[in-house]
Amino acid sequence: MSTYSVSDTTAAGSPRAAVTFSNLSGSYGVGLAASFVWLAFGLSCLYWPDVGDWSRTESLGIGAIVIAAFILFGTFSADYLGSAGQALRKRAPWLVAFGAFVTLWEVATAKFAWLPLPFFPPPQSILEVYTDDLPKLLDSVLASIRLQLGGYLIGATIGFITGVSIGWSQKIGYWVHPVLRFIGPLPATAWLPIAFFTFPSSWSASTFLIALATGFPVTVLTWSGVASVSSAYYDVARTLGAKPSFLVLKVAIPAALPHVFVGLFMGLGSSFAVLVVAEMIGVKAGLGWYLQWAQGWAAYANMYAALIVMSLLCSGAITLLFKTRDRLLVWQKGVVKW
Amino acid sequence: MVVQSTAEAITYPAVGAELDIEGVSHAFDIDGATLPVLDNVNLSIAPGEFVALLGPSGCGKSTLLRLVAGLEKPRSGSLREDDVRINGPHPSRVVVFQDPTLFPWRSVWDNVALGLEAQGILKTQRHRVDAVIELVGLSAFRNAYPHQLSGGMAQRVALARALVNDPKILVLDEPLGKLDSLTRIAMQAELVALWQRKGFTTLLVTHDVEEALVLANRVIVLSDRPARIKADIAVQRPYPRHRGDPYLADLRKQILGLLGLEATW
Repeated sequence: MSTYSVSDTTAAGSPRAAVTFSNLSGSYGVGLAASFVWLAFGLSCLYWPDVGDWSRTESLGIGAIVIAAFILFGTFSADYLGSAGQALRKRAPWLVAFGAFVTLWEVATAKFAWLPLPFFPPPQSILEVYTDDLPKLLDSVLASIRLQLGGYLIGATIGFITGVSIGWSQKIGYWVHPVLRFIGPLPATAWLPIAFFTFPSSWSASTFLIALATGFPVTVLTWSGVASVSSAYYDVARTLGAKPSFLVLKVAIPAALPHVFVGLFMGLGSSFAVLVVAEMIGVKAGLGWYLQWAQGWAAYANMYAALIVMSLLCSGAITLLFKTRDRLLVWQKGVVKW
Repeated sequence: MVVQSTAEAITYPAVGAELDIEGVSHAFDIDGATLPVLDNVNLSIAPGEFVALLGPSGCGKSTLLRLVAGLEKPRSGSLREDDVRINGPHPSRVVVFQDPTLFPWRSVWDNVALGLEAQGILKTQRHRVDAVIELVGLSAFRNAYPHQLSGGMAQRVALARALVNDPKILVLDEPLGKLDSLTRIAMQAELVALWQRKGFTTLLVTHDVEEALVLANRVIVLSDRPARIKADIAVQRPYPRHRGDPYLADLRKQILGLLGLEATW
């Protein structure tokens, strides 16, 4: 390794890109355009009268101009900002597109009301929800996370253990396969009415449903993962003196792990659906309930605000799962293409 | 037990075990029909001997190895290691298969450590893993994953994974069968050197007559399925052997004749 670092330091001495006129149209051009679009968005908020009465128009305008300034600063100092600068440069086209989209949205709603107004609120009214209704929104977020996390962990654990058991033992498989085949394909939401009066609380009922929605794909994929482990691996381990517990824990499970992660991913997707439905119908908390409540009051801006938060949470959860997989299955890099 | 003390290892003793195969017959049930694969095989292998099993493809050589390894039990007859009946797998009889079957989720070091880990003695015996990786010349690759290795390197890891257990009997199931011819010749020499140094009894299945003659003290020629012993040929030549040796060429001709391939000579 030390031999490489020597050549690395000499390479690092190469001249940095200087700001020249030709660069303005090249690597800096997209960043400049992004900055310009956000500036236009900010100015349109500040100096163009709204058709309605929104309290956060000015804050939004100032915020957009601050973003424009950050993009401008980042664009010209990207070379000195390390990975953050590189990330900004890579995403500059997206910043242009997103800036153009919010400008268009602002103009189409707050400035000209091309879109029918109560149903399509302008960006500033969504900002207003985040500032003025924050406590309630945060409570909902926490409630959703708590419910989702509990149900998902229970479902994933039970599904994993069941999957390994039926993949490993034919006796257990004999009893569990028919049950799995009969109950598994049933959408978890079909249990809703029964779950809500058989369980002591709507919270425990929802946890059960989320666990169910998670458990089925995790079970099936863990099972198929364990069942498809090549018998050659077991032969090798047995001749080296492995006991059955070693075969399960150190051969079957690691070999099945790529399948398990597919199951965990599918389980996550279906459990989100159950979470939202359960919150809308039974649980009096969480983002699903917030959506329902906002609809009841015709508070359309709150609905959009909650939807945005929800999508951030869901994609965050999936990103987290992928990061965990990348860490655990680092040996797969180079074997399969993700 | 299996574990050799280091003092013994330095004096290079004959650590090999005696292997006795007595009246072993075996068969498989395929779609209700019984397919006999081994027919009354009798073979006695002295400690430290290097025996090659030669036979036509699909004759039951590998089945015999699985019985020696204890992965399967024979329908009749018995197998004994140092007069102890073989009832199941044991790390004193380690198999190297045709495919290296390295665990892709484990690094080279962790693959080699597998046997010691399975026996629960890895914590005190880590130096043995390092030593055997050094022995097969892969110290630079100890942290590599199997998919980063060439075929020859992977097979060397598989060999190291077997040797770390200090086996008394090393069972080789065409371990060089899938390697290119240059790697193969190099690894044959390495195998002989390891065997001479360690002194384990070696049982090698191969379909390459030349390989059997270059490596083994004794070549057992098996018949078509169900396998019976057709010939038991002693190869009395010192190591390292030369492929062009007229004595070996003569034996080769004789063995090819036994396999029904005299016309190709």
